[in-house]
Amino acid sequence: MNASTGSTAASASTSVGGTSVKDAQLEELSRSFAFTTRLDDIIAWGRKNSLWPMPYGTACCGIELMSVMGPKYDLARFGAEVVRFSPRQADLLIVAGTITEKMAPILVHIYQQMLDPKYVISMGACASSGGFYRAYHVLQGIDKVIPVDVFVPGCPPTPEAVLDGVLALQRLIATHQPRPWKDNWKAPDYAQLG
Amino acid sequence: MHSLDNLKKELSSVVKATTFSQYKFSESLGHGVLELPKEDIVPVIRFLRETGKFDFLMDVCGVDYPERQKRFDVVYHLFSSKTYQRLRIKVALAEGEEIDSITPFWKGANWFERETFDMFGIRFRGHPNLIKLLTHHQFVGHPLRKDYDADAQQHCDSALPIHFEPDPNYVEDGRSLVPLNIGPSHPATHGTLRVMVELDGEKIHRANVELGYLHRCFEKMAETHPYNQVIPYTDRLNYCSAPLNNVAYCKTVERLLGVEVPPKAQAMRIILSELARVIDHIVCIGANAVDLGALTTFFHLFTYREKVYTLFEKLCGARLTVALTRIGGMAQDAPPGWFNDVMQTVKEIRKGVDELDTLLSGNKIWIQRTQGVGAISADEAIAWGYTGPCLRAAGVSLDLRKADPYYMYGQLDFEVPIGSTGDVYDRYLVRVAEMRESLKIVEQVCKNIPEGDYTIRDRGIVLPEKKDVYGNIEGLMNHFMLIIKGLRPPVGEIYDATEGANGELGFYLVSDGSGRPYRLHVRPPCFAIYQSFSQQVTGGLVADVISVLGSMNLIAGELDR
Ligand code: SF4
Repeated sequence: MNASTGSTAASASTSVGGTSVKDAQLEELSRSFAFTTRLDDIIAWGRKNSLWPMPYGTACCGIELMSVMGPKYDLARFGAEVVRFSPRQADLLIVAGTITEKMAPILVHIYQQMLDPKYVISMGACASSGGFYRAYHVLQGIDKVIPVDVFVPGCPPTPEAVLDGVLALQRLIATHQPRPWKDNWKAPDYAQLG
Repeated sequence: MHSLDNLKKELSSVVKATTFSQYKFSESLGHGVLELPKEDIVPVIRFLRETGKFDFLMDVCGVDYPERQKRFDVVYHLFSSKTYQRLRIKVALAEGEEIDSITPFWKGANWFERETFDMFGIRFRGHPNLIKLLTHHQFVGHPLRKDYDADAQQHCDSALPIHFEPDPNYVEDGRSLVPLNIGPSHPATHGTLRVMVELDGEKIHRANVELGYLHRCFEKMAETHPYNQVIPYTDRLNYCSAPLNNVAYCKTVERLLGVEVPPKAQAMRIILSELARVIDHIVCIGANAVDLGALTTFFHLFTYREKVYTLFEKLCGARLTVALTRIGGMAQDAPPGWFNDVMQTVKEIRKGVDELDTLLSGNKIWIQRTQGVGAISADEAIAWGYTGPCLRAAGVSLDLRKADPYYMYGQLDFEVPIGSTGDVYDRYLVRVAEMRESLKIVEQVCKNIPEGDYTIRDRGIVLPEKKDVYGNIEGLMNHFMLIIKGLRPPVGEIYDATEGANGELGFYLVSDGSGRPYRLHVRPPCFAIYQSFSQQVTGGLVADVISVLGSMNLIAGELDR
């Protein structure tokens, strides 16, 4: 459960628990109250079906990502067609392509500008691990600098695989999966926002 | 070669006799080679340029031979668009030695020299802005030196602030100018380009670009992989038209090996290349248009691109990065009926191109946003090293498929469309016309698919078929030997070029006779073109930046390598 779903649950429980009952046991009981879990689910349902992706296409995978958005594969069918090029308006960062050492600080910066709740899909071998570029100028996986929710394998992944990745993320949102990689993430030292 | 003798005679009259005795003339696989001492590079280049013997500077790069006393070679490749001859000039330099920059003669030498400095630490005296080009600003060392480890990463923790090239003519006149940064993450920069401008209202006062955000070390990777394993890396140079890169690379190695691929392989290569050219132009025009607000074109064109990808997928299973060529031919034959599918798709795409023509060519908004924007004269374009559609849009009819026909291009019927002003609109028109020509080529080839094998069967070059590997001991042994020993071209070097979708795509390969390239340098067409960007947009409106950027068809993969 991430930060904002947590706060919704809390406010719901006080409004229910606001009827003079202060008993710890009841408090406990109210957490499992049908209404609160439902609200969470509704929010998750809305969230998962209206992801606004920011495509961070840097290389070949970015070209394949165009196909995912394009007419044949049509990401719109899964509610994620509102492509935003401003990180502040997006809640899903799709990193599609090689991230070089030179690009890494910029990627972190972009990620930091996104508002919670936010998710990251790493598309392709390069973004996930450096791919077949075990090379002096290539970051060996974006999870070294930002938290990743879904890794999509392939070089480039087929559009079907990317859709599958989006669906996997949707499941993750729907089932309120804990995301320790995100919760425990610390921005690299250089990227501490003053 | 008589022209080399001529050159020798003429040069002997312009340079000092004492140094001329050190010149070495030779011929290598059809190209003239001239080795000379570093002091003479400027007079010789000046002579060749000013007499018009060679009008194009195609490439400058370095090679490192650590065991030699003069450790580095600086290698220049010149080309003449009149005689279609090529000349390679090599200059040996010891560590710490400087060489004169040739930027006064060809502006296009600028980035090539900067790259050579970045990769090898070779300094060019008199270069206007000799700073790093591809590696990040905190990177220490020169990665293409043989003593730099391929996987020694160095982290970067910041981006450079907005900066401009030093310009002696620049005057601070007290106006308040607004610096503006575009990219490297910006929807109109297609990947990883960074553009920095200084604005006076809407007008661009100064502009600069920064490269290297997608520097994936292609050349170092090539040095650490066997010849055939380099092919997938070439796919990822210009990933919008991957087969063109595969063909260009394999053709280079084959030429060094002295083999010719069978007619069927040639036919397949041509089909793949021309289809790739079509989709490359589709991406270029589609993206150019979408950046200027024409979303329909983008979606409409991409339907046809999908169709070509479907063809590629049928052929080999991959859509984008096909890697279907092998040194010596193709990896496999086309499945039954594939050529008919191609014919069918070509018909559909032709309709699509006609529709595109109707949608854009007469569209007022499109015309107003592109006509007169980014115009460039033929001479300027040549000085910068333009090739391909951008050069042809400026009125120079140069296409390697005609000029120096390889494979069956010589027997095919097609035109080389040219423009006149070199502006964004002409570039667009040239690309549309080229798509039609490419479709014509594909049809001609498809109608006449040669019989025979899809690859040569030389045991030292091509792996045996799987049925032989698993079916008999010879096949197994052959496979084993080739994998263990690797394909080994003879010692030597070669520069070979093909007509890529963006222009001349050249590979310079140095072989030391081992199983891996000693040095593989690629001359990416958009690299030379992009150099002129700052000059092209200065004085224009900020909105034109996007239109010019799109028309240059910059693919970060080949730009940064
Ligand atoms: S994973 Fe493959 S296709 Fe994707 S960016 Fe890397 S090299 Fe290109």
